[in-house]
Amino acid sequence: MGTEFEIEFQQFFDKGGNVVRPLPSFAQNARELIPLYSAMLKTRIFDEKAVALQRTGRLGTYASSLGQEAVGVGIAATMRVDDVFLPSFREQSAMLMRGVSMEELLLYWGGDERGSNFLEARADFPICIPVASHFPHATGVAFAIKYEKKDVVAVAVAGDGATSKGDFYEAINAAGIWRLPVVFVVINNQWAISVPRSKQTAAKTLAQKAVAAGIEGIQVDGNDVVAMRDVVSHALKRARNGKGPSLIEAVTYRLSDHTTADDASRYRNDEEVSQHWKSDPMGRLRKYLEANNVWDHKLEEVERAKISELVEAAIKNYLNTPPQDETSIFDHLFAELPPALQKQRSEISAGRKKNA
Amino acid sequence: MPKVNLIGAINMALAKAMDGDERVVVLGEDVGIDGGVFRATNGLFKRFGSERVVDTPLSEALIAGMSVGMAVSGLRPVAEIQFMGFICPAIDQLECHASRFRNRTRGRLSCPMVLRTPYGGGVHAPEHHSESYEAIFTHIPGLRVVIPSSPKRAYGLLLAAIRDPDPVIFLEPKRLYHLSSEEVDDDGVSFPLDTAIILREGVDITLVTWGAMTVETLNAAQELSTLGIEAEVIDLATLSPFDPSQILMSVEKTGRCIIIHEAVRTSGFGAEIAATIAEHGLLSLLAPVKRITGLDTVVPLMRLEKYFMPDAAAIKASAVELMEYA
Repeated sequence: MGTEFEIEFQQFFDKGGNVVRPLPSFAQNARELIPLYSAMLKTRIFDEKAVALQRTGRLGTYASSLGQEAVGVGIAATMRVDDVFLPSFREQSAMLMRGVSMEELLLYWGGDERGSNFLEARADFPICIPVASHFPHATGVAFAIKYEKKDVVAVAVAGDGATSKGDFYEAINAAGIWRLPVVFVVINNQWAISVPRSKQTAAKTLAQKAVAAGIEGIQVDGNDVVAMRDVVSHALKRARNGKGPSLIEAVTYRLSDHTTADDASRYRNDEEVSQHWKSDPMGRLRKYLEANNVWDHKLEEVERAKISELVEAAIKNYLNTPPQDETSIFDHLFAELPPALQKQRSEISAGRKKNA
Repeated sequence: MPKVNLIGAINMALAKAMDGDERVVVLGEDVGIDGGVFRATNGLFKRFGSERVVDTPLSEALIAGMSVGMAVSGLRPVAEIQFMGFICPAIDQLECHASRFRNRTRGRLSCPMVLRTPYGGGVHAPEHHSESYEAIFTHIPGLRVVIPSSPKRAYGLLLAAIRDPDPVIFLEPKRLYHLSSEEVDDDGVSFPLDTAIILREGVDITLVTWGAMTVETLNAAQELSTLGIEAEVIDLATLSPFDPSQILMSVEKTGRCIIIHEAVRTSGFGAEIAATIAEHGLLSLLAPVKRITGLDTVVPLMRLEKYFMPDAAAIKASAVELMEYA
């Protein structure tokens, strides 16, 4: 009796952008990687501007994804449009690629529920704040997919802290039992606000938690967008072929504060952070693209300018969005507002008229 | 017309709902081949198969959480939590997600799920098998709290809950599961939600209750009648959203009100009803509003349980006392 296991670590590029093993077919032509780079750049610029908006009082608390853009880009690049994405709260890179607009993200973080009423990606889940609580949803979504014999997969993302929670385990465990079409991605960015990865668990990897659930577990360099895309692509394929769920641990680093309401200097030193800047996912890919003569300083400038313009336009739209009517607080509580609540609804609208 | 008890009516409603709608999936611990510890899902596994009658791992947060995912994806999950005492890990999902999806996404996604659970005491069960937590759920906006009190109403209300486009927690008074039977037409007709039910008309005093306490309350009303006191008995049936209109109308007529519930008194739903009467019905009152409830204690194990439980005698005594006010 007993069992042994090994957790594979997948990586194609080292920190310096050197290829360490043969690239998968989608990455053979360096030019094909430009959209991935561009998507990361878009996320980084969007994050920068969102933080600036928060600092100037025009956005609420915001969770930047600085340093972990490759994870979401790798995931979204290989998902199909009708797959279902279940994000945590730092997945803007994937969400933007899935078709969620920058205006919607800004509305959400700016305190407007309409930001979760995505115009595209209609079946994707909204941002989930309580850590890991959406993992059981992914199991349920995958159950429905299998029940309805649809050829799609649910993909849920959470952070390293999530793996310490019961609902994380309950979700992956049940998904394993029924071999559901679901991919669970843990973004191990080393920090759950101020608590380091070493204080979440004595387990050597987070991916090995898959072993306890009897599902596929793999660790991947989350700052290597090619590895990220490759690993997720394999997990999606397994799921589509009825081979069940996977747990992917994407190893990365949170270069930003937890949110704009956090000051990471209280619990980690600058030296650690600057060390991790050296393995930044964008610098790594950019070096590779430049070495292959498909990218240079000039293209970078053009791309940055193009993205900045888009972000500025989105910000303008966001800032110009008329506020919701206050009665909307009631309008989506139930499919039809129960008579018992009609009175409260009319009271708040009367209150506004009084104060106007 | 079959004569069934309350658990039989639940079973009939589940079968009816599954028969009429492929999207309805039953899940929970031991709901499959075992038919549920109270046999609520008896025979469903054989009839509808393991895909639609799903034994889950022993995992309450999962049961609620995956139901959310299923419901948002277009299914109609009807999940069972084996006993209310074990529901606490599932509350997270009801509060944080099930009740919020429609609002959070401004109507893009919704969560039509039902979470059923046996609740309440009086069946000489071990610890954690006798609690009445209904008030906790009434504090979750966007969640319906529905409680049947007879086989007929259990059938009609459960069908309504399953067909409702929003999440419902359906609390089954387990003390009534086998208490009595009545003829229930398996016609698939649902009872309206959000509406209190007048179980007995009367002009002297209003008795408001729900679940298993309807039986004690009706017994008390019967005895009061022999004393010439005619009580109006209202079964609230849907606690949240709370529609006090029938209670207020009744109190306007009687001027007296007792609220009876098994749950602990402090912050029990009786307090909400009493406060509502104070706000909107004070001038009709001829006597103070009273509450006959469980104690503010842990539900005792079976030997002392009778001291915790409100009964017909206490209701009757309180009503007689209230009648002494002018």
